[in-house]
Formats: sequence, structure tokens, C-alpha cells
Amino acid sequence: MTDVVRMFRRSAAALFGLALVLVMAVLALVAPWLAPRDPDAIDTARRLAPIFTVGHPLGTDEFGRDLLSRLLFGARISLVVGLAATALAALAGSLCGLLAGFVGRWVDQLIMRSIDTLMAFPYFLLAVAIIATLGPGLVNGMVAVAVVNIPFYGRIVRATVLAVKQTEYVESARALGVSELRLALTHVLRNCLAPVIVAVTLNIGGMITALAGLSFLGLGVQPPTSDWGSMLAASRQYLNVAPHVAALPGMAIFLTVLGFNLLGDGLRDALDPRLR
Amino acid sequence: MAAVGGGGLPAYALRRLLLAVPVLFGVSVLVFAVLHLAPGDPAAIMLGAQSTKEDVERLRRDLGLDQPLVVQYLHWIGQVARGDLGRSIPLGRAVLPEVLLRFKATLLLTAGALVIAIFLGLVAGIVSAVKQYSWLDRMSMGVAVTGVSLPVFWTGIMLIIVFALQLRWFPSSGMSSPYGSGPADVLWHLVLPAVTLGTASAAALARLTRSSVLEIIRQDYVRSARAKGLAERAVIARHVLKNAVNPIITVLGVQVGFLLGGAILTETVFSWPGLGSMMVRAIQARDYPLVQGGVLLIATTFVVVNLIVDLLYAVFDPRIRYD
Repeated sequence: MTDVVRMFRRSAAALFGLALVLVMAVLALVAPWLAPRDPDAIDTARRLAPIFTVGHPLGTDEFGRDLLSRLLFGARISLVVGLAATALAALAGSLCGLLAGFVGRWVDQLIMRSIDTLMAFPYFLLAVAIIATLGPGLVNGMVAVAVVNIPFYGRIVRATVLAVKQTEYVESARALGVSELRLALTHVLRNCLAPVIVAVTLNIGGMITALAGLSFLGLGVQPPTSDWGSMLAASRQYLNVAPHVAALPGMAIFLTVLGFNLLGDGLRDALDPRLR
Repeated sequence: MAAVGGGGLPAYALRRLLLAVPVLFGVSVLVFAVLHLAPGDPAAIMLGAQSTKEDVERLRRDLGLDQPLVVQYLHWIGQVARGDLGRSIPLGRAVLPEVLLRFKATLLLTAGALVIAIFLGLVAGIVSAVKQYSWLDRMSMGVAVTGVSLPVFWTGIMLIIVFALQLRWFPSSGMSSPYGSGPADVLWHLVLPAVTLGTASAAALARLTRSSVLEIIRQDYVRSARAKGLAERAVIARHVLKNAVNPIITVLGVQVGFLLGGAILTETVFSWPGLGSMMVRAIQARDYPLVQGGVLLIATTFVVVNLIVDLLYAVFDPRIRYD
């Protein structure tokens, strides 16, 4: 474990990623205290104000709403929804992988063929198809993106379970009379934790992007709630006169995703140095 | 390569083709479910609040919604097999010609992006692996991790601001000018969307190509090739790249899926008249047959691409056929 920490700390990129993620998380947490104004307060006299306007450090949007406040509150939605969708996908995917790998036979066949089918769809298309069924919305967007990512976790956990199942300590536990359920939940699942944690950090960035993408298309977060994706979508009408309204939410998505990607890369490299 | 024409490849191709059947069945069930798992009465949703009870009943009968699900599925898949994807109510037209017309634009965008992704991604990935830990490696991987983190819809908007609105080098939207025509005009319109979609893919491709080539470089036979005094250029070309082809093809297959999915966002940003932008509008209009047609066409294309990728493996690596 200390080797892993040492390896992680040696990577400047990974530490930068961790710092970015922490900064974004703290900004999201303290948004109500840090935001200079109510993010939904309309001021039509100050529409599309540029950066460094008095009282609006990052300017205003098409309704004169303070951009800094909206970005800070948008961070809460983007991060919470991204994390929740990742947790949902990791949980459902791990359960599928555990069942497939541990029970085997027709259960394995059924789950793996279902996963093959999900993977037959281009990543973002499947999310859009699920939204087409469930209807646009924040929760539906979260469910859609989570379902799309189930195969990612399912395959990782199944492969780990298949390897762990063959080990002597699992055989010994079984010989000692440990029940199959307990065997699966303690001995086997515990060994899946490290690969799942790495997978989660590698996956969160993509989840946040996908959810922002759905909101950008008008299929995720619905007005009056807004996240970085929907802010970006609204800004498209004013690119000529107020490019900063588009630049800022996109930059926020980019920095957050970059942070998670660098953090995930760092963790993966620390845990699997062969890939360096 | 002598074994390519032998019994191994046709048998492998047949096996792989048969494996695609359950996947296509699964795809068809999911596409069918788009309409039938929708909460509420799909017929009422499609017709909107203004519709009468009789209109809804008629549409329910036309769509076969009054039949058991299995009967509905068999009826629907039979129609699909005959090339009938139903009718779009808002457009008042058959779905198939509509999606095929749009599909051409999506394919053009995807192909343009793939060319950019292959060129940038493969070159950067191979150079990074061959010159591991050099400044070139660090720079291209830094650019790649940045590229992977850039949301395509934002990259597109930023490119529009700089290259269309400020510099006026390229058009900001559409596939052709009102008074322009011909392939040159389409290509001119294609540049920004293809670069937007292609760079994100190039970044992922560069990272994965680098790790695939690095795996090969560490093999014993590469060390032997170097030990017997072969020039580095020859080692890379003859021993490394030849063996890295398969992992790279795998990555390319995955990237086609990314591009087809990412096209939905890119088309919306650039008002590119493809399937993606059509589907977004169709979802908002609750035009289920159009959504189903679009999803089915793109997913089937992806299954076929994956099939071709698997067959290419067997052509490049005879071991796979006997696995």
C-alpha cells in the first residue's frame, strides 16, 4: 500500500488531478457562501455583461444572471449527478459481474449476452435511446448514463471474480463450510474493490461529460435547474456578442473532467506499474 | 499469410457471424423497447394533448399497441426486415428514406473524423511509445489527456468562435452554402465538425496506441531482433508495428462507436443534417418511429463494424482463427 501511495505521489500529473478535483469539490460545497448573488436572480438591465463587470466578476448570461454564482451552483449539480450516476453504474455493474462470475453457467451466459447487447450500441447513442424511452430529465439522464456504463464494471468484476474463485483461500473457505453467499460477499467481493475503485476514478470524468452532453442537448437537466451543460447550450445564441458565456461553463467541465482523468490515470499507474 | 486462404478463416468468419445474431436480436429488442417501455400511452404522447380519443385509438391500432407484446415484436421485426421502419407522424413521411438520407451525412462526418483521429492518434501514439519518456512522449501524452477531457460540444463551440466567427475561415453550421455546391463546398463545411469529433477520438487513440505498442516493444522477440543488430527503424516497422496492428484495430473499432455516438453532439453544435441531430429533435417531438429508425441504423452499423474488426484480426493474426 505504501508503494502505491509513493508511486502516486511521485506523479505530478496525478497530484495536479487530485488538486483539481479537490478544488472543484470544495467550490461546489461552499457555493452558497461563495456565490456573490442568487444564481437565478434575473437582471435584464445587465444582460450579457462581460467579465470583470462591477458586481459580476465573470459577467452575466442572457437574463442578466450572475455567471460566477451559476457556475458554482452548477458545479453542485454536475458533480453530484456525475458521482451518483457513477455509484449507480458501479453498484449495478459489480453486482452483475459478481453474479456472472460467481454463479457461472446460464446466469453467466444471460448476463454476459445482455452486456454484449448493451455494448453493441455506441456509448452515447444508448444513453440517448434510454432518454427517448424514459423522457428527458435529470434523474432519467442519470439512470441512462449509469445503464450505459454497467458493462464497464460488469466485465471488470467478472474477470476479477473468475481469477479469485480459483485461489486456494477461497477453496479453503469453502471446505471450512462458509456459505456461498458469504463467500461471494466477503472473500470474493473484497478482492474486487481495488479494480472497481480505479475504474470509478477513470469513469467519473466520462460520466460528467456524458451528463453535461445530455443537458446540452436538452435531454438532461431541465429548466429552471441548470448545470454546466445546459448553461453551455443556452450560450450558443450569443457566441458573437458574449463568447465568455460559452467559454466558462465548458472550461469548468473540462477542468473537472481533466482532474478526474489525471487522478484515475495516476491511481491506475500506481496500482499497475506495467502500464507506465 | 499462407493460411489465410485455408479452412481456418471461413470457419472463423462463419462462427463470428453466428455470434453476431444474438447481439443483433438483443439490439432489436432494445430498439423495440424504446417505444414500448415508455411510461404512459405512447400513442397519446405521440399525438399530443390536442388529439381526440378516436385519434389515439386509431393510432394504437395502426401501431398494433392493442396486441400482446410478442405479437407486436414479431410484427415489427417482420416489417423492419422488409425495410419498413414505420411512419413519422410529425414529418408525415416514411421513416426509412428519411433516416437513410440523414445517415449519409452522419457517415460523412464520422469518416472525416476517423481520418483525423487515425492520422493524429496513430502517429502520436506510435511516436510516444517508440520515444518513451522523451519530451515528445510527454508532450503528446499531455496533449492527449487534455484532448480526452475536452467535451466535444465545447470544443465545437470554441472552434466556431475562433475559426468561424472571428477569423471567418470556415462556416459555422450546415453542410452546404445556400449558393455553393459540389464536394469542395461540403468539404469546407466538414472541416470544423470533423476536427471537433476527430480530435477527441485522436486523443483516446493516441493513449491506447501508445500502451499497445509499448506492450509489444517489451516482448522477447523484439529484444532478439535488436540483439541480432537489426536497425531500430526495421525493428519498429517489421516486428513492433506488424504485431501492434491487432490491438490498434480493436481500438479503432471502439473509436468508431465513440464517433457514431459523439456525432449526435457534434451534429447538434454544427447543425449538421445527420441522424444525431434528427434524433434529438425526434425525442423532443416524441416521434418514436424516427428515433427507433435512427438508433437501429446506427447500432446495426456498429455491430457490422465490430464484425469487420474481428474478421480483420483473423486476417492479420492466424492464431485467432484456431483459438
